[in-house]
Amino acid sequence: MSEVREKAEAAKGKPAKYGPDLNLEEYSCDTPEYEACELEDVEVVDPERLLNAGVDVSGEERSGSFIQVDSSVIHAAPTQEGVEVMATRKALEKYDWLDEYLWKLVAVDADKYTASAELNFQDGYFVRAMPGAKTVFPVQACLYLKSENVSQNVHNIIIAEEDSELHIITGCATDSPESRGLHIGISEFYIKKNAKITFSMIHNWAPQVAVRPRSAIRIEEGGLFLNNYICLHPVESLQLFPSAFLVGSGATARFNSVLLAPEGTKMDVGSKAVLSAPETRCEMIARSLTTGGEIINRGLLIGEVEGVKAHLECRGMILKGGGRIYAIPELDGRVEGVDMSHEAAVGKIARDEVEYLMARGLSEDEAVATIVRGFMHVDIEGLPPILKEQIDRAVELSEQSLL
Amino acid sequence: MLDIEDLTVSVEGRVLLKNISLNIEEGETRMLFGENGSGKTSLLMAIMGLGNYTVESGRITFKGEDITHLPADERARRGIGIMFQRPPTIRGLKVSDMLELIRRDGRDPEEVARELNFSQFMDRDLNLGFSGGEIKRAELLQLLTQDPDLVLLDEPESGVDLVNIGVIGNAIRDLLQKDLHRQRKKSGLIITHSGYILDYVEADKGCVLVNQTIWCTGNPHEILEGIRQHGYEGCLTCQR
Repeated sequence: MSEVREKAEAAKGKPAKYGPDLNLEEYSCDTPEYEACELEDVEVVDPERLLNAGVDVSGEERSGSFIQVDSSVIHAAPTQEGVEVMATRKALEKYDWLDEYLWKLVAVDADKYTASAELNFQDGYFVRAMPGAKTVFPVQACLYLKSENVSQNVHNIIIAEEDSELHIITGCATDSPESRGLHIGISEFYIKKNAKITFSMIHNWAPQVAVRPRSAIRIEEGGLFLNNYICLHPVESLQLFPSAFLVGSGATARFNSVLLAPEGTKMDVGSKAVLSAPETRCEMIARSLTTGGEIINRGLLIGEVEGVKAHLECRGMILKGGGRIYAIPELDGRVEGVDMSHEAAVGKIARDEVEYLMARGLSEDEAVATIVRGFMHVDIEGLPPILKEQIDRAVELSEQSLL
Repeated sequence: MLDIEDLTVSVEGRVLLKNISLNIEEGETRMLFGENGSGKTSLLMAIMGLGNYTVESGRITFKGEDITHLPADERARRGIGIMFQRPPTIRGLKVSDMLELIRRDGRDPEEVARELNFSQFMDRDLNLGFSGGEIKRAELLQLLTQDPDLVLLDEPESGVDLVNIGVIGNAIRDLLQKDLHRQRKKSGLIITHSGYILDYVEADKGCVLVNQTIWCTGNPHEILEGIRQHGYEGCLTCQR
């Protein structure tokens, strides 16, 4: 048995540091097989539910597409030169060197979920931008839960070679709002010298789905990682805490999240950045709304060398229906000369803002809607217009249900 | 245009305005003087229908309609507009988007923004990090876009430097159709502390709010001169 497998076996009962502990035995890894097909022939997914998660089965204005239904990869292909999009299993067969990227940023024995991803490995996506390649349109990747009570265990590897630029939009969805299931997704990102990745993840789960992504990002000299996470639909239990390791001089990471927790939803969401090279930068911006659900917002910045700069901003709004927002911003400066700060605020819709807009002729409902829309709008620097459109669309859809 | 009859207003049981009577004609500009805490801002808020003000007695009529108990948005839609002294920040709402939301029959926002030297702020969040002068220009830009028939201005010159006061004065003149003379339809009620705004905007009348009520009404320049010479205490003994 390999060392990785041994570690996974040893950790398969290990609860995670954060989030409610799940009993993995309640979910099944036995899933039906779905046949691979061309993008336009994909029939096993609901295109509308995918589109709401930012994934367009027409494939227009995309530089590649990946669709996995339960454990079956039904489509994986690039449409732009210089970009590779394939199933992880296939990529591991094709490239011997890829072993050097597997389980190198995320520890296989971190918890029972990472262990499960190894022991019940069901593919995932491999996306790579070749040196100097710059994608105009995003690669879209969809992880879809179709069967009832299934456990989906995927492992994704994303590599931006030197001087390349890669945009990825990942949409996760269930086949129906009534579905029950578990999604475990390991994602390891490698951003080489002067490369750039924007990664936008839109989740469109269901009230009985539990989600445990485990992600880590390594950013080399001059590299940029821009992460947008949008979850505006009910989910039973969501816990994620991606870690960015800024190891090269001038590396930058930005994390933006927009969360909405309706009643019954539990989210424990945050990110961590370790700034261990000179002139590295990190910014984390979180916007959380609850209409009855619980959101724990974490953020941890670790400054290990002089001259790093990092900021964490977390704003929460509790709307009608109540709920809970628990913000936990943490700064860990380990040497002299680090510049790290945070601001956190949790509140309700301010009456003076509503009245201000009413004095301009907006009705009370319009004023509230405008304020909520503004609150959820995160101005994301460097985001390609097409990704911005997708994020705006997800936010707009949620507004309609919210208001 | 605006007719206030014997209005008494309180907040949480505390009377802030007592037996106010005030009439502003179509096309008239009225200056409102008064020391700090006399109730000037409360009067504007009560006319606009803002805050937790309770009308204890009296009534407010606008264009012949009783608006005493209408919500603020209904009053705005009937043609009342207000310039806030300390407006809140609306995060995520760009100035340009706000102007689209509130535009009535007013002028082209882009053109007004150019005149107010405000074009570079159109993509900024409304009032986020604005200086005193920028807040005034943002407020006037909204009002010119909104195009109200009655404008309520709360100390439009406060916090504005000498360079920008001319810009703001011109915008207020525009808002009040000061160049139209006989055809003028727009009316204004302007709170001023210093009276500087009178150098830019001619007013038809002035009135003084003392001890929560309108104490006197007359020529705005004479009233200002009287306050300068004798203070607001002088108003209490004046027999005008």
